[in-house]
Amino acid sequence: MGLDIRIPIGMMFTILGLLLSGYGMVTASDSALYARSLGINVNICWGAALLLFGLVMLAFSLPAFFKKK
Amino acid sequence: MELKLIDYAVMLVYVGFVVGIGFALRRYMKTSTDFFLSGRSIPAWVAGLAFISANLGALELVGMAASGAKYGIATCHFYWVGAIPAMVFLAVFMMPFYYGSKARSVPEYLKLRFDERTRALNSISFAVMTLFASGISMNALAKLLHQLLGWNYDLSLWICSAIVLMYVLKGGLTSAIYTEVLQFFMIVLGFAPVVYLGLKDVGGWGNVKAALSQVAQNPGALALNDKTFQADAWSSAWKPLLAGPSHNPMGVDWFAIVFGLGFVLSFGYWCTNFLVVQRAMAARNMSAARNTPLIAAVPKMVFPVLVILPGMLAVALALSGKDGYRLPPRVVDSGKYAAAVVAVRESAGLDARSGLEKVAAATGYKMSETKVAALIRDVAAGPLEEKVLKDRIQDAVVENDYDGVILSLVKKYCPPGLMGLALTALLASFMSGMAGNVTAFNTVWTYDLYQAYLAKDKTDAHYMWMGRAVTVVGILLSIVCAYLVSRWSNAMDIIQLVFGFVNAPLFATFLLGMFWRRTTSHGAFFGLLGGTMASALFHSLSSALGNALGIKGGYLWLLLGVNLESMPKFLIFPSDMAQNFWLASFAFTTCLSLTLGISLLTRRTKSDAELTGLVYSLTPKQVDESQAWYQRPAVLGSVLLAGCVVLNILFW
Repeated sequence: MGLDIRIPIGMMFTILGLLLSGYGMVTASDSALYARSLGINVNICWGAALLLFGLVMLAFSLPAFFKKK
Repeated sequence: MELKLIDYAVMLVYVGFVVGIGFALRRYMKTSTDFFLSGRSIPAWVAGLAFISANLGALELVGMAASGAKYGIATCHFYWVGAIPAMVFLAVFMMPFYYGSKARSVPEYLKLRFDERTRALNSISFAVMTLFASGISMNALAKLLHQLLGWNYDLSLWICSAIVLMYVLKGGLTSAIYTEVLQFFMIVLGFAPVVYLGLKDVGGWGNVKAALSQVAQNPGALALNDKTFQADAWSSAWKPLLAGPSHNPMGVDWFAIVFGLGFVLSFGYWCTNFLVVQRAMAARNMSAARNTPLIAAVPKMVFPVLVILPGMLAVALALSGKDGYRLPPRVVDSGKYAAAVVAVRESAGLDARSGLEKVAAATGYKMSETKVAALIRDVAAGPLEEKVLKDRIQDAVVENDYDGVILSLVKKYCPPGLMGLALTALLASFMSGMAGNVTAFNTVWTYDLYQAYLAKDKTDAHYMWMGRAVTVVGILLSIVCAYLVSRWSNAMDIIQLVFGFVNAPLFATFLLGMFWRRTTSHGAFFGLLGGTMASALFHSLSSALGNALGIKGGYLWLLLGVNLESMPKFLIFPSDMAQNFWLASFAFTTCLSLTLGISLLTRRTKSDAELTGLVYSLTPKQVDESQAWYQRPAVLGSVLLAGCVVLNILFW
């Protein structure tokens, strides 16, 4: 099927990663907000993880993408 | 609970992508084969993840966390006994016939192997079952969104269904498969941090086990169970089972688990349920099709960490009562709340016992004696604010709402942002469940019912149009089913029961059909019919401890005018689960013996030549030599099975 699913997956998690880590950075000084998550700023940590996952997915899709072009 | 803008943003991104995938695929939908079978072009890893994601409906995240809390680590039997062996069997032995026969659906295989009758019987019961499964899933979702976020039940139900409709309508099975892969990652990545935070908070696996052993000796303290057990009842998978039904909270024995769950229900589900098999049938070639269930088995094996562990963490947290955490109580209906307030007011001056009974009767739940007494006292002393009153009535409910366990953890640990991600993961799991069922339903309806019996020789474009139309109808019917099942609380038990009725006898038909060429069409049809009727009969005659006769079983006794006390004792099982497992075993055995017996008494209608590619002994063996040894299904399957044995021993 013509669509490489790795591209939308990669794009989505890249966007989500940026959203979450961005929000984490903006709210980093708000320690009351992160009391729930045991004092860890999970938005930055997990946002970065999602971003990495998204980029890896995109990287995997690159060779096939260029071959098709 | 309130959501922040960031949480809505995360949800919107997700919805945008799933709908976008549907639209992007629209231009590839040229023939009905594209729409219903993805043009048989899906790579193995995509089919494999979709295979497991289609199974990740309401049953998994909500139901398994619920069971994790209720039964502890024994819930893993649904994975290590009740899934992996069947998935390996499907890949190694059955996939060659499904894929090789070029049947477009599981019922169509039955037509090729036997005749139209068996196909009709199977496709009708399957269609009904998928609609119910999808309805159950959507009902659970709408209920959660309503209870947790205060969203309107009807609105949530219709909006989520509309999203699923949009992408399935555009891209058919491919859309469903692709979004399932996306949902798979969403679910894993959305819940992993919640599990991590919970585990860190409790202080590691050692602390969880210690807490669980305390709970097992007095589960009444958390309203988990009326009985008491050995210390390992929640933290060992096999020892409490081997000790007998009264020694484990599931109330089952090892035979019911191994035969009822591990063989009958599990093989019936994984090997014959078109919902999952369809994903493998869409794979691009035979080797991809055979590898699909094997690829799916890898995440399935480790999923207990994601879906069952949270339930156990919740129990451990509730025991310590850290930060005031408790297992979520059942929610008092907004309709019953007014009556409860009146009951509290009227109970002033009554003794504690009758006050408690009055309030409990008004809410319909078991209530805490001390909390109700305190509330009655405070209300008599002076008027309370309405919200406080409501919260305290709710808090006094003792019964646990197990289906709310997973969300209570999300609520406890997720700050805004991560909250949006976890809720989106939950949304994803429900949507993948619904989309999976709907795509299976539209294929079976169009190919096995509509094309076979109603409109035989139409153009391909006509069937594709029908597929789209029936997608809309299927979703509408699922919504009807959602409203129907909203009356029942334990979705998991109902799904198991439906599987018991439909799937348990079915595996006997496939087993004999695929591996014994002497099986005749008469044998298959009447065996299957008899097996399904046997499940219904068994259900109408049996009951489980603590259940009233009625919808949960034993209604035939009601009709006969026999009450619970005077019905035969051996038909009352220690638990719902034991009743379901035995029902499945009974249905399977009936179908197997009937099919065997009738086949021996009747004449074969299909010649050996006609059965080539459909029956094991008449089909040339699948040659795997072209693949490297480590890529062969039999080798991969053995590795997976060995892994399962190791896991079972580790948590013995």
